[in-house]
Amino acid sequence: MSTPRLLEIKDLRVEFKVYGGVLKVLDGVNFSVNAGEKVGLVGETGCGKTTTMKAILRILPIPPARIAGGEIFFKGQDILRMRKRDLSKVRGSGISMIFQDPTAALNPVFTIGEQLGAVVQHARPENRRLSKRKIRDKAIIPLKEVALADPERLLDSYPIQLSGGMRQRVCIGMALATDPELLIADEPGTSLDVTIQDQVLRLLRVLVEEKGTSVILITHTLGVVRETTDRVYVMYAGNMVEEAHTRKLFAEPLHPYTQGLMQAVPKLTGGGIAEGIPGRIPSYLDPPPGCRFHTRCPRVMDICRRQKPPFFKVDEEHQVACFLYDQNHDRHKEETATL
Amino acid sequence: MTDHILSVRDLKKHFVIGHEGTVNRKPITVKAVDGISFNLHAGETFGLVGESGSGKSTVAYITVGMYQPTEGAIYFRDQDLFADSKGRPLALKKEIQIVFQDPGSSLNPRRSIKQILELPLRIHQPDKDRLTEVLRLLEMVDLPPDYMHKYPQSLSGGEKQIVAIARALATDPSLVILDEPTSALDVSVQGKVINLLIRLQREFNLTFLFITHDLSLMRNVASRVAIMYLGKICEVAEAAEFFQNPQHPYTQMLLSSIPVVSEEEEAAKPEKIISTGEIPSPVNIPQGCSFHTRCPYAMDICKRVDPVMVETGAGHVARCHLFEQPEENLTQVLEAEPGPIPQSP
Repeated sequence: MSTPRLLEIKDLRVEFKVYGGVLKVLDGVNFSVNAGEKVGLVGETGCGKTTTMKAILRILPIPPARIAGGEIFFKGQDILRMRKRDLSKVRGSGISMIFQDPTAALNPVFTIGEQLGAVVQHARPENRRLSKRKIRDKAIIPLKEVALADPERLLDSYPIQLSGGMRQRVCIGMALATDPELLIADEPGTSLDVTIQDQVLRLLRVLVEEKGTSVILITHTLGVVRETTDRVYVMYAGNMVEEAHTRKLFAEPLHPYTQGLMQAVPKLTGGGIAEGIPGRIPSYLDPPPGCRFHTRCPRVMDICRRQKPPFFKVDEEHQVACFLYDQNHDRHKEETATL
Repeated sequence: MTDHILSVRDLKKHFVIGHEGTVNRKPITVKAVDGISFNLHAGETFGLVGESGSGKSTVAYITVGMYQPTEGAIYFRDQDLFADSKGRPLALKKEIQIVFQDPGSSLNPRRSIKQILELPLRIHQPDKDRLTEVLRLLEMVDLPPDYMHKYPQSLSGGEKQIVAIARALATDPSLVILDEPTSALDVSVQGKVINLLIRLQREFNLTFLFITHDLSLMRNVASRVAIMYLGKICEVAEAAEFFQNPQHPYTQMLLSSIPVVSEEEEAAKPEKIISTGEIPSPVNIPQGCSFHTRCPYAMDICKRVDPVMVETGAGHVARCHLFEQPEENLTQVLEAEPGPIPQSP
């Protein structure tokens, strides 16, 4: 591919050591973001979305976590093998993150100004020696960008004095204050009401468009992904199962898991609710061999129980990790039938 | 007797959260529910929608008897729920049950499923054989009988919620209040729980008061929908009518803010009303119509006078000044460019 890859994750494996054994959470994750692109990452609770993102920033708690293999390239450099100094540069001005719960992301005992000031001060080496006055002047800019009323007063407020929507705006401002090249937004609207979520997402879209920031949007709300992103990855039990252009994926989901998920979403046009997907996400202690979805898959074949499906390219913009889309699909089917 | 199973009349619940002043101490109140009325027909699913802080859960808690109303009354089959000052009689408690939002915290982690299901039986049906009843309840919700020896922590979120549903049905109620029963669950599990609820409703002829903030879900389960904003009901209508022909500007704003997954749904949404402003604090509710600070059609009168419920169609009521006016004024207002909302003095 000729387009510059901003971020590329190759075959990432992450394990957690717990009392009962080893949780094999990420099982060879491949993922990439191009410059200026908005990528969605969809999956249910516990599928490893947040673990993947934490691995990118190297904020996984090690131990119990352990990177068992793989590489994460950010602008050609492997984050996992980076020295501390380079890593802090990446965290300072390369990649920013917005967390799901803005209340937990802000420190309750410092004012917004102090927290934003610290971000501004440490983002770039030349900012370290700035006077308090100058830092304050710089800290107010992101607050203005996120369209918060009366930013002067906000700098001296504590997080508890703000509403949930305002706090999330502050977090967005804080994440964008360092002019990052990549923004990771982990469920940015989930803890907010629909009308407020709509406002926050709209703001986020406008800002990243203006600044040309690349975005990874993590969410379990499919509708949000459809309205915000260019390309989507679907994740299930520590594996990427489908990757496609957003419009393609929503028009024609291919993986049985994606299909089940889409059907389970209640539609505004009515028509009842599908049963959903039977069973539950497998235990990471002892994940099923082969395709991790085969225990719940309505179209399971024999090969799915033995072999882990690689990504099969359906066309240029759509690939799916499912043997149904293998060239040899008919043979697999026959095998299953004869058994 | 009417076919109303539950009838709520001018219900108010004000919470005192503190006092101001030093000499003449005036209480500071949160008007969580501020004068709402509605009726539940037997056998229907009545949806109550609203954003956080709109008072929908408070309505649920008053109905089951966790709170006393400040003013107003609730009648269950023409019987006043709060008539007896000594508390609600057991026979009435049995009829109205509730399923809470978070099954993780509504089930006691130190009790087995059997013990959890036995408690309501012990109180309401002391003569029946408890073991058979527990088994019957588990079968009713499609859980295997050996689950009775499990503890909540070993169940998945969906299964826990199903146990909570079984517990609510243990007393053989006729009205079940569902307070965001699937908000804590993943979409793939939500379908199963919702379909179970629909099946149980048919089997036992239950009436549901279904509380949620998820309008797409509401579209699929409710027969009638009411929308709440800051302690008041804005609009009530039959579900199909509500989604096809929303009247109140707040309803339109809510519907147009929902992220959807397909083109058909996009087409079904009302014209985009850009959501602006914050939800005001319930301590400091704006004068007049409480929605005027965010309403694109706000008029002068909205800042001064609180509108009353007006019928806009068959079984469709909305509480907005737009519908109280004579026709010609209305068109004028609607055609006018929705300008910035002036600050109230």
